[in-house]
Amino acid sequence: MTGTFVGMPAFPSAARTALADTQLRANLAHATGTIRAKRAAVVGEVDHWEELRLAGAAIKDNTLRHLDEHLLTLEATLTARGATVHWARDAAEACAVVAAVAKDHGVDEVVKVKSMATAEIGLNEALADEGIAAWETDLAELIVQLGDDLPSHILVPAIHRNREEIRQIFLDHMAAAGRPAPADLTSDPARLAEAARLHLREKFLRARVAVSGANFAVAETGTLVVVESEGNGRMCLTLPEVLVSVVGIEKVVPTYADLDVFLQLLPRSSTGERMNPYTSTWTGVTPGDGPQEVHVVLVDNGRTRALADETGRQALRCIRCSACLNVCPVYERTGGHAYGSVYPGPIGAILNPLLKGVGVDAQTDSLPYASTLCGACFEACPVRIDIPSVLVDLRAQVVDSHRPSRKPEAVAMRAASWLLSSESRLGAAERASGLFGRAAGRFGRRTSPGGRRALSRLPGPGAAWTDARDLPAPPAESFRGWWARTSGGRDE
Amino acid sequence: MRVALMVTCINDALFPEAGKAVVTLLRRLGVDVEFPAAQTCCGQPMVNTGYLDEAVPVVRNFVSAFEGYDCVVTPSGSCAGSARHQHALVARRSGDSGLASAVAAVSPRVLELSEFLVDVLGVTDVGASFPHTVTYHPTCHSLRMLGVGDRPLALLRAVRDIRLVDLPAADACCGFGGTFAVKNSDTSVAMGSDKARNVVASGAEVLVAGDSSCLMHIGGTLSRQKAGVRTMHLAEVLASTSGAAHPVDAVRSQ
Repeated sequence: MTGTFVGMPAFPSAARTALADTQLRANLAHATGTIRAKRAAVVGEVDHWEELRLAGAAIKDNTLRHLDEHLLTLEATLTARGATVHWARDAAEACAVVAAVAKDHGVDEVVKVKSMATAEIGLNEALADEGIAAWETDLAELIVQLGDDLPSHILVPAIHRNREEIRQIFLDHMAAAGRPAPADLTSDPARLAEAARLHLREKFLRARVAVSGANFAVAETGTLVVVESEGNGRMCLTLPEVLVSVVGIEKVVPTYADLDVFLQLLPRSSTGERMNPYTSTWTGVTPGDGPQEVHVVLVDNGRTRALADETGRQALRCIRCSACLNVCPVYERTGGHAYGSVYPGPIGAILNPLLKGVGVDAQTDSLPYASTLCGACFEACPVRIDIPSVLVDLRAQVVDSHRPSRKPEAVAMRAASWLLSSESRLGAAERASGLFGRAAGRFGRRTSPGGRRALSRLPGPGAAWTDARDLPAPPAESFRGWWARTSGGRDE
Repeated sequence: MRVALMVTCINDALFPEAGKAVVTLLRRLGVDVEFPAAQTCCGQPMVNTGYLDEAVPVVRNFVSAFEGYDCVVTPSGSCAGSARHQHALVARRSGDSGLASAVAAVSPRVLELSEFLVDVLGVTDVGASFPHTVTYHPTCHSLRMLGVGDRPLALLRAVRDIRLVDLPAADACCGFGGTFAVKNSDTSVAMGSDKARNVVASGAEVLVAGDSSCLMHIGGTLSRQKAGVRTMHLAEVLASTSGAAHPVDAVRSQ
C-alpha cells in the first residue's frame, strides 16, 4: 500500500464523492449482498450462536479487565519459547522495531501476511522511507498495493474492485513489482489467481524476513494465531528465516481453550464459512522448523486510551471479522474509503475516535455521525459490541469537546431544548408553524401522493432536506391544538 | 389502568392524524386514553446528536408529564426506544438522583403501539377494515432496539379486505436517522431512494410503518418522485373501519 488516508475530508464530503461512483456502488452492493447471505446461512445453522456471542464477549471483557497481567504472562511465555518481545507505545515505535530487525539482516524487502495492525501503523510507508519494500501477499492486499490504492474493507480490502478492474491492475502494474502478468490474462477468477500465485511465489522463495499480525495471542502458551483463507500467510509464516509479528495488545486471550469460542465465531462472521481453510499457530521458535528468529511487537497505539473509555472499551473486543461492514446500509453505499481509515464501517466509526481521541480533527469527529443508528451492526457483531450505544456516547464526547459552541447546530439544539422543555412554548411554536404552513406556498408548494400539501424548496439548512425530498407542510392545527379544541375529539 | 398517549413531537407538530388515529383505535378497544398536555418530546434529537446537557430539561419534562400512568403508549418505535434505552443515560448525565429514579419508574412503562395492543390488550384483530394494497416497512428501532418482531404484521394481517404485499429488503434502514438525514444528507438520500425503489417494486398503493419520522423520509422521496404511493402510519390503518371514510379517500373529497 503506497496510498495514504492522511488529509482525507470529513465523512459527509468523502461520502458524496463515493456515492456518485456507479461502478463502486454496483461492486459494493453485489459483494456485501453476497457475503451477507453467506453469513446469515452459516450463522443460522448454529443453534447456540447467541451463547457463543455471549461467551466471546465475556472472554474479551474479562481479559481486558486484567490486560496488564495477561500481557506480562504473554511476554514471559513468548520469551521462554525463544521469541523476542518488543513493546511499542505508538505507530512510530512499532515501525522502528520492524525496520531495525530488517536492517539487522541487511534485507531491502519483506513479505507480509495480511494484517490490520501493520496497516493501522502505516508500516509499509515507514519501511519504504527506510528503503525497504514491503510486499503484500494476501490477494486483495496485493490488488490494493499494485493499484496504488487504499483498502476499503477489513477482510476484503479490494471489495471496491471488480474482476475487470483487477485484470487491468495486474496487466499494468505487476511487471514493476516482480513477475509480470501474462499478456493474455483474462478476468476469469482462476486465471487472475494463477497470475497472482506465480507473481507471489517468487517473493515467497526469495524473502528472508516476513512480517505478520496475529488474530489471537494466547498468554498461557505464548502461541500466536493467524486465520486466513489463501495459504499465502502460511507461506510467509514458514519459509523466511525471520518473522516479526505486530500485535495489538487487545489481541491477547488467556488460554488456548478460549480459541474454541473465537474459531467458531470468526470464520462464520467473517467470510461466511464454517471454518476457514488455513489456521496457523506458532509458539516462539521451533528448532529446525520455520523461522529461527521470531519477534513479537506488542502495540498500544491508542488502545489504552480506548480501554479508559467506560462505554467505548467494548470496541477492544473486536476480532476484525467485518460482519458489521457487510450489514451496514451506510457502508454498503459509500464504501470504505469515505471513512478515511484502514478501519472503515461501523467499527471504524467508533474505533478511530477511540484510538485517536475526539476534538482533535474534523475528520475523526465526523465518524460517529456516519450512522443512522439502525442497529444492524450490533445484531451481526460476534462479540456483541453495542456499536450504536458507543456511537451515541462518542457523539456526546465530540459535542462536549467543542463546548461552548456557536455553531449553528449547537445554537439550534439549545433552542430546541428550550422549546421542547415547555408545553406552552411548544404549543406557541406549533401555532406559528401552522400559520407558516398556510403561507408557505413560496417554498415550492406541491401535493404529495394522498393529497397532502408539501414543501419542496426550503431555504438555508432546510435545503439539505428538500434538495431531494418533499416535506409535509405543517398542518393548520397540531394534535395538541386539536385535543384542546375538541376535548380529545369528544366535541367534534 | 391509566393509559397515557405519548403522541411524540413529530406527530404533534406534523402528523396529528396519526395521533388522532391512536385515540380512535384505543377508544374502540375500550381504553380511555388520556393526553397529558404537559408532554413535549422524548429528547432523542438531542441525545442522538450528542447534546446530552440539552436533553436533560426535555427528559425532566417527559417524566413529570407521564409520572403516575400505568402505561404510556406511543405511535413510534423510535421514541419508545429513546425513553426505554436512553433516558437513564440522560439522567446519569444530569447527576440528579431524583431524575434517575423518576426515569427508572416511567421509562419501562413506555410501550410502542403494537406492543401495547398485542402484549397488554392481547388483541391482534382490532376490528379494522382497509381495502387497499399495503406494504409494511419495519422501522429499525422497532425491529432491533425494541424487538417488536412480527406484532405489527400480525395486526395488519387481521385487517379486513387489506391486500398485504411483501416489501423487498424490508429490514434495510430507510436512511432517515434523525439529524443524519441532514448532516449526511447525500448518504441518507441514497438509502432513501433504494427504499423507495423497493416500495414501488412491491406494487403497494400505501406504505405503512410505525414511525412517522421514517415515513416522512421515505414519503418525501416518493412524493418528489411522483411515485403514486402514499405513506400512512400503522395507527391510521388500524383505526380505519368500513363504516368511516378511509383516510386514503380524503384527497378525493377535498
